[in-house]
Amino acid sequence: MNRIFAILALAVVFAAQSASAQTLKTVKDRGMLNCGSNGTLAGFGLPDAQGKWTGLDVDSCRAIAAAIFGDANKVKFVPLSAKDRFTALQSGEVDLLARNTTWTSSRDTSLGLNFVGVNYYDGQGFMVRKTLKVNSALELNGASVCVQQGTTTELNLSDFFRARNMQAKTVTFATANEAIKAYDAGRCDAYTTDASGLYAERLRLANANDHIVLPEIISKEPLGPAVRHGDDQWFDVVKWTLNAMINAEELNITSKNIDEMTKSTNPDIKRFVGTEGNYGEQLGLGKDWAVNIIKHVGNYGEVFDRNVGAGSLLKIDRGLNKLWNKGGIQYAPPIR
Amino acid sequence: MSIDLPAGSPPARVAFYNDPKVRSIAYQVALCAVIGFLVYEAASNAIANLERARIASGFGFWHTTAGFDISQTLIAYSAQASTYGRAFWVGLLNTLLVAGIGIVIATILGFVIGIARLSKNWLVAKAASGYVETIRNIPLLLQLLFWYNAVLKALPEMRDSYKIPGGIFLNNRGLFVPEPIFGNGFSFVVIAFGVGIVGSISFYVWARKRQEQTGQQAPVFSVALALVIGLPLAVLALSEFPLTFEYPQGGRFNISGGIEVLPEFAALLFGLSIYTAAFIAEVVRAGILAVSHGQTEAAYSLGLRAPPTLRLIVVPQAMRVIIPPLTSQYLNLTKNSTLAVAIGYPDLVQVFTGTVLNQTGQAVEVVAITMAVYLTISLATSLLMNVYNSRIALVER
Repeated sequence: MNRIFAILALAVVFAAQSASAQTLKTVKDRGMLNCGSNGTLAGFGLPDAQGKWTGLDVDSCRAIAAAIFGDANKVKFVPLSAKDRFTALQSGEVDLLARNTTWTSSRDTSLGLNFVGVNYYDGQGFMVRKTLKVNSALELNGASVCVQQGTTTELNLSDFFRARNMQAKTVTFATANEAIKAYDAGRCDAYTTDASGLYAERLRLANANDHIVLPEIISKEPLGPAVRHGDDQWFDVVKWTLNAMINAEELNITSKNIDEMTKSTNPDIKRFVGTEGNYGEQLGLGKDWAVNIIKHVGNYGEVFDRNVGAGSLLKIDRGLNKLWNKGGIQYAPPIR
Repeated sequence: MSIDLPAGSPPARVAFYNDPKVRSIAYQVALCAVIGFLVYEAASNAIANLERARIASGFGFWHTTAGFDISQTLIAYSAQASTYGRAFWVGLLNTLLVAGIGIVIATILGFVIGIARLSKNWLVAKAASGYVETIRNIPLLLQLLFWYNAVLKALPEMRDSYKIPGGIFLNNRGLFVPEPIFGNGFSFVVIAFGVGIVGSISFYVWARKRQEQTGQQAPVFSVALALVIGLPLAVLALSEFPLTFEYPQGGRFNISGGIEVLPEFAALLFGLSIYTAAFIAEVVRAGILAVSHGQTEAAYSLGLRAPPTLRLIVVPQAMRVIIPPLTSQYLNLTKNSTLAVAIGYPDLVQVFTGTVLNQTGQAVEVVAITMAVYLTISLATSLLMNVYNSRIALVER
């Protein structure tokens, strides 16, 4: 019933408040960024026992706080389930949604959102028990599949089986937690979500080594942060924070060498650190916005590595998420 | 409010704005106008803001292809061909199914336990109170999670299914029973069943009339059983069993064919019935205790034994007290079925305000429809129970 009340409250918010287009000003006045996060997915958004949040999406939010306030800790993380996340953003409960959310056309248009870019190129996969002796998703005809509600995953699953004339019995759960628990209890033969999620969830199973991730990737899942439609200034701030992190990796600016880089004579780096031009002011931020992002959070490569890559428990290969000049497709427009 | 003036004196002349009648009407009209204005303002403001935020509105999504699967569908549904509107009906029927069966089970269980709690047998009475006090003091959501995990953990995997004679399989994917396929000539059996019901009712009416006239009792129950069950079975045998069964078959992953009862459905049904039965038991006990003990003593002194006393004297009078609170228990059960979201049973809230809301993003419309549906179900249940209540209520002269 809580959900019903939340949505009633949303209707009241829509009715009472005339949509504010001044998100950046609101955030500055509040002194705190409200960030819609996952809360249960290792590598993307998960609080530890001390309440300290870590993850790729979490660091995206920290980077925005660093760009605005010069302090990466001025973020309040709001954990959201997949099916409640858009309502929370639409109603203004959070300033942005950084919750491993797939960028699709209908979400961009009819949901009233704007996706700022892609911070992780993902795709949907399947995990099964080794004892089933299944080596390919194409052998899953007739299987029961546990899936989380309110996701592109739910739709891709149906498309994948339908296109191959295969049958699946889907069992849908409100949260990823419930779905993975039911899979672990033997309710389903397979569990499906984005491949990064499969590796993360596998760590939480009773016996992680009894399960394998099948090789097929059945969809494109470009994950990225999203903001409300209709506030271009805020859209730019969030978009260019992400671009700055990717550009920094390309320029070899890291959290370790950022202080030396401020003395650099390279024009690209001078524009980045704000010793040339007024690119920060154009965004409504300070001159050293990008310096703060890198100093307090790090560049895209550092963030990827410590949350999902080689420096983390997940050890996911960078694959498509390598920079464009290193064989991947991560590419950011230049700051100039 | 008018003031009675002494008869004969001419009515005092008051200005119309001091007339209490005019005033009270004016206040009510003003209040209605203010409420109407607020509703209108809120609605138009919401629409304007939704438009400004570029969030889709309207009910056009109803005819859009759904594209997601549902695990239990009572009507034909497929992800590629069915619409969000169809998904709504699937969810609604799933809600009605679990609520309908739940109400029947909870009522039977509740009456048995309520009466057992008043039993003179110490053990039976204490067991019944133990049930009531335990079950109604634990939150329903926890009980549902308990039943769901109990069902999943206690049952074997597909490969080690329990095989029950008659082609029934039981495992942690559900209960699979053979599905009856009706052949030609099965309509005779249905007709025989109808004849049996009509015959039983006529026999009951005749037996009652005879008892009123002569005092002789007739074995109504056995005759009715023979007519309703025996007659159709006899016809079935005579027409050479036009009934075949589709048996469940074990596949590589799952059992297919036959009727499938999902563990999610079983857990929700158990949880709701057992929880609501505890409340119904208390309602029944209160109703029986409300009947004066003098009634029982009077019945005993007329020579009636305990069971007929309960059946003919106490329960009919207790029903007058029981029906109104029983109605609200039925409404509670239906509304509590929305907790299905926690265990993956595809009820209306799970399918419609869960998946459909998220895929379309139209929170206001979807939640409005869902609230209207629950309001309709609840009002319809209340109406039926009120009609029944007014029939059995004490007619005072």
